[in-house]
Amino acid sequence: MSSDDQEGLSSAAASARGATARRPLIRLCGVAKSYPGKDGPMASLDPLSFDIDEGEFVSVVGPSGCGKTTLLKLVAGLLPVSAGELTLSGSRIDGPQRNVGIVFQSAVLLAWRNVLDNILLQAEMRKLPMAAARERALKLIATAGLEGFEKSYPWQLSGGMQQRVSICRALLHDPSVLLMDEPFGALDAMTREKMNLELQRIWMGSKKTVLLITHSIPEAVFLSDRVLVMSERPGSIAAIYDIDLPRPRPLDVMSSAEFARYTQSIRGHFFTQGSLDH
Amino acid sequence: MSKLFSSTWARPFLLILIVLVLWDLAILVFGIPQYLVPAPLAVAEQIWNEWPMLLGESLPTVYATLGGFALSVVIGVPMAMMIAYSRLIESYLYPLLVFSQSIPKVAIAPLFVVWFGFGLLPKVIVAFLLGFFPIVVSTVMGFKSVEVDMVDLARSMGSTRLNMFLKISLPHALPSIFSSMKVSITLAVVGAVVGEFVGSNAGIGYVLQKANGNFDLPLMFAALVFLSLIGVLLFLAIDAIERLAIPWHVSQRGTVHSTMRWR
Repeated sequence: MSSDDQEGLSSAAASARGATARRPLIRLCGVAKSYPGKDGPMASLDPLSFDIDEGEFVSVVGPSGCGKTTLLKLVAGLLPVSAGELTLSGSRIDGPQRNVGIVFQSAVLLAWRNVLDNILLQAEMRKLPMAAARERALKLIATAGLEGFEKSYPWQLSGGMQQRVSICRALLHDPSVLLMDEPFGALDAMTREKMNLELQRIWMGSKKTVLLITHSIPEAVFLSDRVLVMSERPGSIAAIYDIDLPRPRPLDVMSSAEFARYTQSIRGHFFTQGSLDH
Repeated sequence: MSKLFSSTWARPFLLILIVLVLWDLAILVFGIPQYLVPAPLAVAEQIWNEWPMLLGESLPTVYATLGGFALSVVIGVPMAMMIAYSRLIESYLYPLLVFSQSIPKVAIAPLFVVWFGFGLLPKVIVAFLLGFFPIVVSTVMGFKSVEVDMVDLARSMGSTRLNMFLKISLPHALPSIFSSMKVSITLAVVGAVVGEFVGSNAGIGYVLQKANGNFDLPLMFAALVFLSLIGVLLFLAIDAIERLAIPWHVSQRGTVHSTMRWR
């Protein structure tokens, strides 16, 4: 995105970000991932280098199978990097992190636990003090608009509510990083928009660093400070867009000219040759 | 009357009643002699006269069934766990298990009589051999079908292997374990009777053999009635335990109409 696009925009977003000075929290330096294949290693991610600042909301869009999910799992410490260096607040990520919460596309709730106990799984697994965890879980449930459903079981909830439970679970241990892998991909369009608004509200209230993987370009633009566009497998960064729209962003922002310009230029990467253009 | 037809628990009994009537009619219409197929009333009369004996002979069969079933669970579930968690163990054990199932149990049952005599043990072993295979197969599937995302989630929480097993894999596998236990218990009844056929002086299998030798078909049918009652009662017992143990499972929710729900 050319720099003159950013000049005319309100300074609200800039000042909101300026308050917390740009401090890189997650750093990728030549991070690559390959899997062993029949004819030698198969590259899934070409070397990537970028930083994610503290409190920043970054989205990754790209075609299916471009390694977006692999990228997220690397940052989560669920997969080892094949090359390069990946650090979280200065220390190398070499396994699951204390300071990270994850939300997957499906809510992956345990069918035999009610909403509260599903959220508390995080505390049980991490051996956190239960009384404090319970208190925080109830607070999160209230924030997510799930009051009155503490004792409900997953199958009694709608898809959107299930995903809200999984977001509460990811936030229970108050991590500084929230990783989301197409969290709203399975929801209908209306629920999705509502969840986008709520995610923005939660993010603005907590100032977590968020890495969101998504298929939806409008969702990425609507929520993010920066959008990373990835190319086809093996994945590499095709472009990075700074989204300078004022916050909080109402749903109306989606019909504004600036919004359309962002989505159009991101979509442009997908059109030439039917896939991503370098 | 229409109320009776609409209640789920009454339906199997109604069907039995219809079958009994047809059975009786068929004997009358086709003139089937008593020594080929006894009339339902003759069977009922035998049950009435011989029920203390039949009840007494049921006990050894129930013991052998429960013994074989308990062994199936105690050995089958841990074996399934090992198979589900280790490729190495799976590659060694699984082909052998399938192979062992292709041997007809009736053919090797006499061997157990030679080895273990006429007591309860050989029947327990035959019941176990029939009952444990479905438990292993179904439990392996239960443990293996935990979603990848679920495992990743637990790993991201820094879960220990033990916690992963206790809090996620085991509860996840319970529905499969219970459904395989229902299959297993009915097969264990068959195993116990097969064990009694080849060498025993007690049990429903023994009664069946004796009645067969005396051409006492009404008694044979009466013994069969007792045998199927044993199977049904044990099945219902496991069904009840299942309902207590996994009330959260899809199969236990009110909206789903199960044919096995005899409420």
